Amino acid sequence: MAEPLIIERSVPGRRGFRLPPSDVPAVDLEQALPAEARRTQAPHLPEVSEFDVVRHVTRLSQLNFAVDTHFYPLGSCTMKYNPKLNERVAALPGFAWTHPLQPAGEVQGLLQLLFELEQLLCGLTGMSRFTLQPAAGSQGELAGLKIIAAYHQAKRRRRSTMLIPDSAHGTNPASAALSGFQVVQVRSGPEGVIDVKDLKQHLTDDVAGFMLTNPNTLGLFESNITTISGLLHERDALVYMDGANMNALLGIARPGEMGVDLLQLNLHKTFSTPHGGGGPGSGPVGVAERLKDFLPGPQVCRRGRRYAWDRGGRRGVGRVHGFYGNVGVLVRAYTYIRSLGREGLERAGRTAIINANYLKANLQDLYPVPYGRFCMHEFVCTLKHLKAQGVTAMDVAKRLLDYGCYAPTVYFPLIVDEAFMIEPTETESKETLDEFIRAMRAIADEVRTAPDRVRQAPQRLTVRRVDEVKAAREPNLRWSEVGEPARRAG
Amino acid sequence: MEIPDGLFYTKTHEWARREAQETVVGITAHAQDELRDIVFIELPKVGRTVSRGQPAAVIESVKAAFDIYAPVSGTITRVNDAVVQSPQAVNQDCYGQGWLFAVAPSTPAEFATLLSSADYASVLKAASH
Repeated sequence: MAEPLIIERSVPGRRGFRLPPSDVPAVDLEQALPAEARRTQAPHLPEVSEFDVVRHVTRLSQLNFAVDTHFYPLGSCTMKYNPKLNERVAALPGFAWTHPLQPAGEVQGLLQLLFELEQLLCGLTGMSRFTLQPAAGSQGELAGLKIIAAYHQAKRRRRSTMLIPDSAHGTNPASAALSGFQVVQVRSGPEGVIDVKDLKQHLTDDVAGFMLTNPNTLGLFESNITTISGLLHERDALVYMDGANMNALLGIARPGEMGVDLLQLNLHKTFSTPHGGGGPGSGPVGVAERLKDFLPGPQVCRRGRRYAWDRGGRRGVGRVHGFYGNVGVLVRAYTYIRSLGREGLERAGRTAIINANYLKANLQDLYPVPYGRFCMHEFVCTLKHLKAQGVTAMDVAKRLLDYGCYAPTVYFPLIVDEAFMIEPTETESKETLDEFIRAMRAIADEVRTAPDRVRQAPQRLTVRRVDEVKAAREPNLRWSEVGEPARRAG
Repeated sequence: MEIPDGLFYTKTHEWARREAQETVVGITAHAQDELRDIVFIELPKVGRTVSRGQPAAVIESVKAAFDIYAPVSGTITRVNDAVVQSPQAVNQDCYGQGWLFAVAPSTPAEFATLLSSADYASVLKAASH
């Protein structure tokens, strides 16, 4: 890569910033800290100017694919456009310069926003209350599972099984295992939705809950959802919905009416707050009326015309984030919801579904879609037929980078061989979708006529195919001086 | 894809070689080919009891992480530490140097439920259609 590491730009003695002379008495470090807490050598930090840093970081950002520069059909991630209005509102000094310890009386506007955001999320999902604390979808899952455990504990019984479909996001079994549940897998049927017969076989009085994603990771609506929630409720087990795919339901259907007892929303997916490296994330958890006592506190409440913090539910599972979650992200999500309004959100949901179906209809002759006549907001192709040419789903994904599109999700969900998962979102124009279709069809041609071009992709980018195997087998995450042995992680 | 005779197989693509005191377990050539480059392996502790069809080990490849199921129930007698150090051994020699763990079977009758090499070959053939 042309761009050196920042530490390689270091010049001894160069400074970006000088501190003023200290106006407080110096502390003798030898007195203040025990020997094991004191460095013997100064840390090896890059010595660079502010301008060096700005150029370095700007160049790195130009090497990157981002939703602001390229089509980004990363299935399961809902990489929609993040309107700049969100940023403008979040940067308003009254929000941006608030200190988390400021008394409630000085931040009434922000508290009102958080209160109203909770109500808006309740309205969209049919839940009764939300906690805005969790900082990611996976943390929302963990908080949700703690609530499920607390619910059964309050009824003085032990329930140790968590049912999870075989199409689930990997975080679902991970969160369940972390919460101390035994994970039992429920099969998908030939239609790509949960096999109700298989579910019934696993449904015992030890089942604490069922974690499902709707629409599921194949982009299909779980059409048996009310039957499923009915079966769970017969045994007083809870239905948890992973809201990662909520974009497809926006303004169209409410999980609360499907019998869902609790869910997490990924604001960085559905509600257009920055995603991934642009984060931080936010995964509020919403619950049905009978679970609201278990939500973590504190929560914003309204007393007359004033807003205040209360401790949260009597049986709250305890706070899951310092202060009140990623508040700047919550401001962005609120701005998005209010600027689109109920009708705008519904249109977003419907357009996301239409865009995905448009791509599916124009690609499935070359890239078969094993499940579903119609899809919701995303669909999953199989590229197993390309194996004969020695080309993998990963190769096609990398070749797309050469065509100026970000690579879709590959090898997930696990129930589709050589899976290739495409989610265009509602914010892409028909022209962009057509360009993607042309690129995918051109790549299918190349697989037949010049498979090496696909196998060796990307070829037009500054960074060529990276050695993912070496990176995973020998993760060397720490810069070291020449001659100093590289340290392995972990 | 190589499917040696004389081994037992599972539908989940493990092989088992029955010896006098213990049964050696690994994954099939088809499995390692599907997983592609294996980058991390987590093996059970010696002395742990495992049950047939339950997860006993984890293999992570460039594609994803996968559970490896115990073909038969019993107690873990040995594990192959060499593959933890160099996971590529499973890609290079899955029926030899790339074995994963050995188990002392507690329920020998379970062997009757495992697949022969011919059965396993037809499972693979059916799956590819």
